[in-house]
Amino acid sequence: MKLFYKYLRIHIRSIAEYKASFFLSLTGQLTEAVFVLIGIKFLFMRFGSVKDFTMNEILICYSTVLMAFSIAETVFRGFDHFPTMIKNGDFDTVLIRPRSAILQVLGMKINISRTGRLIQGLAVMIYVFSASDILWDSGKIILLLFMILSGVIYFAGLFIIYASLSIFTVEGLEFMNILTDGGRSFGAYPLSVFGEYYLKFFTYIIPFACFQYYPFLYILGRSDNILYAAAPVFCIIFIVPCILLWKFSLQRYKSTGT
Amino acid sequence: MKKYLTFFEIKFKAGFQYRIAALAGVATQFFWGFMYLLLYKAFYEANSGSLPMDFEQLSSYIWLMQGLIMLVFVWFWDFDLFNLIESGNIAYELTRPLDLYTMWFFKILSARLSKAIMRFVPIVIVASFLPEPYNLGLPPDMLHFVLFVFSLALGVCVLITFSLIIYASSFYTISAYGMRMYVAIIADFLAGGVLPLAFWPDTFRHVAELLPFSSIMNVPFMIYIGEIELMRLPYYIGLQLFWFITLLIIGRYMFSRCISKVTVQGG
Repeated sequence: MKLFYKYLRIHIRSIAEYKASFFLSLTGQLTEAVFVLIGIKFLFMRFGSVKDFTMNEILICYSTVLMAFSIAETVFRGFDHFPTMIKNGDFDTVLIRPRSAILQVLGMKINISRTGRLIQGLAVMIYVFSASDILWDSGKIILLLFMILSGVIYFAGLFIIYASLSIFTVEGLEFMNILTDGGRSFGAYPLSVFGEYYLKFFTYIIPFACFQYYPFLYILGRSDNILYAAAPVFCIIFIVPCILLWKFSLQRYKSTGT
Repeated sequence: MKKYLTFFEIKFKAGFQYRIAALAGVATQFFWGFMYLLLYKAFYEANSGSLPMDFEQLSSYIWLMQGLIMLVFVWFWDFDLFNLIESGNIAYELTRPLDLYTMWFFKILSARLSKAIMRFVPIVIVASFLPEPYNLGLPPDMLHFVLFVFSLALGVCVLITFSLIIYASSFYTISAYGMRMYVAIIADFLAGGVLPLAFWPDTFRHVAELLPFSSIMNVPFMIYIGEIELMRLPYYIGLQLFWFITLLIIGRYMFSRCISKVTVQGG
């Protein structure tokens, strides 16, 4: 933890050196997210609702996923850089150091400019808090925080899978973006919108719905099932096979040589 | 003309080297297309009134967008050209006995075309055979198809002349990274990349339709799905022509000014 904190400080200091570039990528992400939001607004201006969900309800979903994703991306997207590390042979350097490999890979690249989306997610959530007619009690607020936390862990798990697989392929794997970036883009809508099969896939095979959909129903008061509120636990359990996969592929790591 | 055609040859050959990357791109775009369709399906189910187009038409629109993504989105810059400016290798480009503006126009066109063809063909084939109403349908008649191709070509011209203005402005600011990003996000939004213009609220739509970005994607696709009446066609095609010529003149003027006082970075 202390090491991670140190990495974080280095990255913050490096930002201070490149202020303009940091500011540009931060606001760039913010702009992109704002236009996506306008798109959602336009859609609801025309259609009013989707599968009985109103716009304010969708926005809760949208901001939860966005916040979870951007926190996960800030901390864990170092894995994006991972295929390059393997190709360059930089990963060999990491392995000979007596510290956790995951921690070092993460520390290589903490992308603080990715917090642009976090800011927007937070702003939308604050708006929804005041605009929607949901009765917010302390239990629901805790559940919401729990959803975000488990969402972060879910996306982190995906990033770890991405890195593990790239040990074998040595290439970046574009299809993983379907789950990560696709999850962010389409996760704005409760997964049931996309149909039953889709929801089942993202419940039993990949536990996306466990933090995005079931507890969301509970917060809206559409369901009293306490199991729905507890569903995010599965996202946290999801990290276990991800780490096992990472350990497994580390054992099979072959250096590309230099 | 012949010398410009060689750029096509070079870019096509280079493009085909990245077949696997293109294939991965196609897979991702299929997924994106399906997700959009499922999403709109959900919106369509609950509401039957005041729809700007049938679901079948929307499916065609989305598959065209996914298949032709390289020809209708500003987002895909040609980073080789930015590198030329930033690294100072622009000096070599200037020594060639070719007009820089025309040369770059064809460079961008050939790069985009080579990428587009590799994605377009598999997407069109598969999307045509999907079950209705999720498939890529045919245009109402042959005339619409011919007009679509013509309008798409004009749209690509608008897209390239617009981006050449942005390339030209990066002569002034060495690190144009931020501007590129904003311009692409805003332009693609106004073209209907996030939400087709037909779904926009009327006031916003009327304004957006006058801008050059609507000419890039909205006009050709609406012709394809038969949503633009033949009576109104001369107006839309005329607007495309107007923007093409206007952007061409602005771009050419900017290029001639840049070249006359270009500062080459480095020796």
